[in-house]
Amino acid sequence: MVSFHEIKRSFLVSAWFMFLTFPIMVIKVNTVEKVIEWRWERMLFVGLGSFSLSFVWRYLLRKKETGRKKAEPTAAIRMPGIWRRLQEPKFFLSLSLAAAVLVVAFPFTFSIYQTNIMITALIYVVIALGLNIVVGLAGLLDLGYVAFYAVGAYAYALLNHHYGLGFWSVLPVGAALGALFGILLGFPVLRLRGDYLAIVTLGFGEIIRLVLENWNALSFGPSGIANIDRPGFFGIALSLEGATRYMYFLVVGLAVFTVFVVNRLQNSRIGRAWIALREDEIACQAMGIDKARTKLTAFALGATWAGMGGVVFAAKTTFINPASFTIWESIIILCIVVLGGMGSMIGIILAALVLILLPEYLRAFSEYRMCLFGALLVIMMVFRPGGIVPNVRRTYRFKRLDREDKEG
Amino acid sequence: MDLEYFVELFLGGLTRGSIYALIALGYTMVYGIIQLINFAHGEIYMIGAFTALIASSVLTMVGLNELSIIVLSSLAAVIYASAYGFTIERLAYRPLRHAPRLSALISAIGMSLFLQNYVLLAQTSDFLPFASLIPHFAFMEPFAHIIGSTEIAILITTIIVMLLLTALIKFTRIGKAMRATAQDREMAMLVGVDVDKIISFTFLIGSATAAIGGVLIASHIGQINFYIGFLAGIKAFVAAVLGGIGSIPGAVLGSFVLGWTESFFTGYVSSDYEDVFAFLFLVLILIFRPAGILGRSETEKV
Repeated sequence: MVSFHEIKRSFLVSAWFMFLTFPIMVIKVNTVEKVIEWRWERMLFVGLGSFSLSFVWRYLLRKKETGRKKAEPTAAIRMPGIWRRLQEPKFFLSLSLAAAVLVVAFPFTFSIYQTNIMITALIYVVIALGLNIVVGLAGLLDLGYVAFYAVGAYAYALLNHHYGLGFWSVLPVGAALGALFGILLGFPVLRLRGDYLAIVTLGFGEIIRLVLENWNALSFGPSGIANIDRPGFFGIALSLEGATRYMYFLVVGLAVFTVFVVNRLQNSRIGRAWIALREDEIACQAMGIDKARTKLTAFALGATWAGMGGVVFAAKTTFINPASFTIWESIIILCIVVLGGMGSMIGIILAALVLILLPEYLRAFSEYRMCLFGALLVIMMVFRPGGIVPNVRRTYRFKRLDREDKEG
Repeated sequence: MDLEYFVELFLGGLTRGSIYALIALGYTMVYGIIQLINFAHGEIYMIGAFTALIASSVLTMVGLNELSIIVLSSLAAVIYASAYGFTIERLAYRPLRHAPRLSALISAIGMSLFLQNYVLLAQTSDFLPFASLIPHFAFMEPFAHIIGSTEIAILITTIIVMLLLTALIKFTRIGKAMRATAQDREMAMLVGVDVDKIISFTFLIGSATAAIGGVLIASHIGQINFYIGFLAGIKAFVAAVLGGIGSIPGAVLGSFVLGWTESFFTGYVSSDYEDVFAFLFLVLILIFRPAGILGRSETEKV
């Protein structure tokens, strides 16, 4: 099937990439000892890799092209077979039951180490679902999301350090502070369009981090805050194992709560307003939706989850410093939302688990983590902008049409 | 006020501004033509600096004379940076030309993250010393205590590059095609402009100027690592927006304004909050004057 023309093209692509990566990949200069290391074997890998990948790339592009042509504008968007099957009550019930059993049994069957990793992944689930409100539903690209996460984490760390306040009393405070900062950021940026908004939020996120790094009197600077209390359990002292399990169930509870709330929000009046705003701002205003209020609620609610996530994060690690809240953290969370499919909850939960757990278990591959995240963002945008589990649009169909479908 | 200190800060700001300008030019050209914030532009500049470093070390060990090292390694930086710019556009932006703008922006962020970590993995995470490629001019000797040869070279190069670019866009055939594409892509296509080629060309030129900036700033500061592109990219973006994104003289003017304000702020107020100040500046400009100094504001039409 592979024509001569195709092979020639791939050959050219691989030659181009061998040329392109030559100085960075092959030559390594040791400027101190004045030695040059030549690593020719890498060029071979690049050549072979790009040769084979160019076939895949072109195949996928072609597939996307034909797919676009086939999809008629009037045809209802359908879910892939397997997802439709899962939505049937019989499967759905048994599946969620199995998931619940797995979730409860997890900390008792696996070690503390594994449980800790799972806690981290679940925190990411919570904040990614929060970012999903802003990016996925309301279509506002927020690159400074991690700032709200930092606000929550520092709120708990500082209140705990200075006043000895416990986890449970600070959790709502962290959420409220997150929301407050969300509104503070939201007000000035209401007028900005997509890409400017992204840059301003990025700037805002960096400002928060740099202030935390430099304002030693408030935040103890780059050395951070240590010995933050773990969440209390009715005043009973827990062993390390018990505390980890407790933390695990707490995060599971928070994740379930998040899923519940975000799901309800999605189908509420405000949720539909967000989606309308994402699709077309002008048309949305013409329908009588208050643009400013809708955007502000999106920012505030998204930031609330980040604030809560931050409090949990601080309580889990018991140590925080500004290095945990760089722009790249925001981009990892964005990567989760994009991979999962903007606006699709199941997709985001799966993506968070995959993206956070995989690098932990494949240690050899964890070095390439950020590189892959970057490539993933590009590839997802080019080939599957809807994510792994695309969000299904609300469609209304007439019953009679459905029946004709089945008969025909 | 101490006059000499003031002059020092003024010239420091000028140098800073010229470096930002070389990067900002690429931003502004790309934004002007496809309305995309090319997040990976800072990374192109970093790759240019790395290529120059590698080329100059290899050539030094081969034993060439000073002049040919400068010329050849700058040439290598420009060629490779342009090649990267071209490839990035082909892979990450061209397939998204008809997609929503948010998709292209996310793709650009991904590309930036990828390139940064690619250099980190293939080279090193350490700071590499960068031997200055610019020689000490004898005629600058009397002024050496105020301004060095490197600073003068940076300033002159920036002005030359700006003039060349303005001439390119104003007077050549391809410049005309670029302006046409920027104004209305479909209409340009209708009158026979090969839009894909023009966009590729814009990326080539923008990346080449970024590479020149990379070589100069690395000579000026004396060390590079994989992360220099991010902050420089953001600051150059601030400069481009400040001047009015899409306008070439605007980018240069904005860069000088940013260079001076930063220089005076760190000189007279505080150096800890230098970057905070730059970001604050960005936020304030975007909120209060998103069209910039030389830009014209556009109203969105249905």
